Amino acid sequence: MKSGMMRLLGALLFGASMQAANAGEVSAAVAANFTEPMERIVKLFQAESGHTVRVSLGSTGKFYSQIQNGAPFDVLVAADEKMPLRLEKEGLAVEGSRFVYAVGKLALWSAQPGLVDGKGAILRKGNYNKLAIGDSKLASYGTAAKEALEEFGLWNAVQGKLVTGENITQTYQFAATGNADLAFVALSQIVKDGKVTEGSYWIVPSHLYNPIRQSAVELSAAKDKAAIRAFLAFLKSEKAKAVIRSFGYELPK
Amino acid sequence: MSGIDPLDLQSLWLTLKLASVTTLILLCVATPLAWWLAHNRRWYKGPVAAVVALPLVLPPTVLGFYLLLLMGPQGAVGELTRALDLGTLPFTFTGLVVGSVLFSLPFAVHPIQNAFESLGRRPLEVAVTLRAGAWDRFFSVALPLAKPGFLTAIILAFAHTVGEFGVVLMLGGNIPGETRVLSVAIYSHVEAVEYGAAHLLAGGMVLFSFVVLLGLYLAGGKSWKGGR
Repeated sequence: MKSGMMRLLGALLFGASMQAANAGEVSAAVAANFTEPMERIVKLFQAESGHTVRVSLGSTGKFYSQIQNGAPFDVLVAADEKMPLRLEKEGLAVEGSRFVYAVGKLALWSAQPGLVDGKGAILRKGNYNKLAIGDSKLASYGTAAKEALEEFGLWNAVQGKLVTGENITQTYQFAATGNADLAFVALSQIVKDGKVTEGSYWIVPSHLYNPIRQSAVELSAAKDKAAIRAFLAFLKSEKAKAVIRSFGYELPK
Repeated sequence: MSGIDPLDLQSLWLTLKLASVTTLILLCVATPLAWWLAHNRRWYKGPVAAVVALPLVLPPTVLGFYLLLLMGPQGAVGELTRALDLGTLPFTFTGLVVGSVLFSLPFAVHPIQNAFESLGRRPLEVAVTLRAGAWDRFFSVALPLAKPGFLTAIILAFAHTVGEFGVVLMLGGNIPGETRVLSVAIYSHVEAVEYGAAHLLAGGMVLFSFVVLLGLYLAGGKSWKGGR
């Protein structure tokens, strides 16, 4: 018992001294759909590296405007490829640092068990009050939802029932509070450790929308280069990949 | 950037409609409440006054989120509205009105309450000696004398509703023509990097606010002119 305590104390002291030696801080702008996996990845990374990560959550579009206007972020963990690419072209992101860290999957979800069938037929039947989607101009999952509805030929038919979330978190919230019967969300929002525990859902087949290639990029404004690069390397590591997979994302081929 | 997008015009119209309806309802709700607060000396006056002032300090997003839960199908208000066959209120114009009334309540109550309080008891006592009934005293004595307070309340409630954002964002769902008000439209434009359209609306908003506040000042809000 006592020796265990001593060992723990020793480890803590050792950890603290390690941290003091090379502790950096990373400030990350993270797309809302990646909230929970990011929490876990950050925990693992902080324990392993001694660096700390400050996470801001929001929609990729908003971060783009903020970064354009000098927001002090070091890295953008986006929900698409477009915005990181745009930042690179504008010289706001470091050339060659961009990579796809996860491929997102779209799901139709309801908080009510048994409402959503395994084919998404409820969309055609129309026996629901509201359908929440992300803003297709701002959120890549909103764009994907729009594409899928267009593929179904239902985009015009659902107009009267659409409510738009400011980002994918709010979209999920509309359905989680029961105010909207249905929502197109990121699969990662309803998957916990590889399975969906609440409500009913349908994973939208990936041929119905353009792949959501979620990319991360190092920003030119970053100061602590060592900490950023360690973080980005960690995001590509097997440990991070295991977390990403457990939330229902696919990994880039 | 050529002129104004019809969707944005719709947002402008919706915003003015929301502000007008909210202001009218607030007048009906705030007047008796302000009268009661001005003339009450009981112990529960304090708690009631505190509740009325709560929207001044609560972040609008908090208010919006609680309303979303309350008015949702599992919430108390939601169950009531469904029992009355009204459906649920979030994502509807009615829901926004409910949120706005709560959000701007102190802005309507406080000026009217102050006006009633500064009236004192004397004019009303004189009216009693002239055999005026309670309603008569209220409508022919208190109301005309408290006019500046009412004017301030109307302008503040209206302007505050026009500038409202957090509550609408949480409750509205951004539906064009139903819940997509001006502040949300501006926000969407900024987010989508459509700065031209955002400037047009935001600039208009600044101008409007300035005119309203100038009007408020010229209409002689006494407290504004250094008089205490």
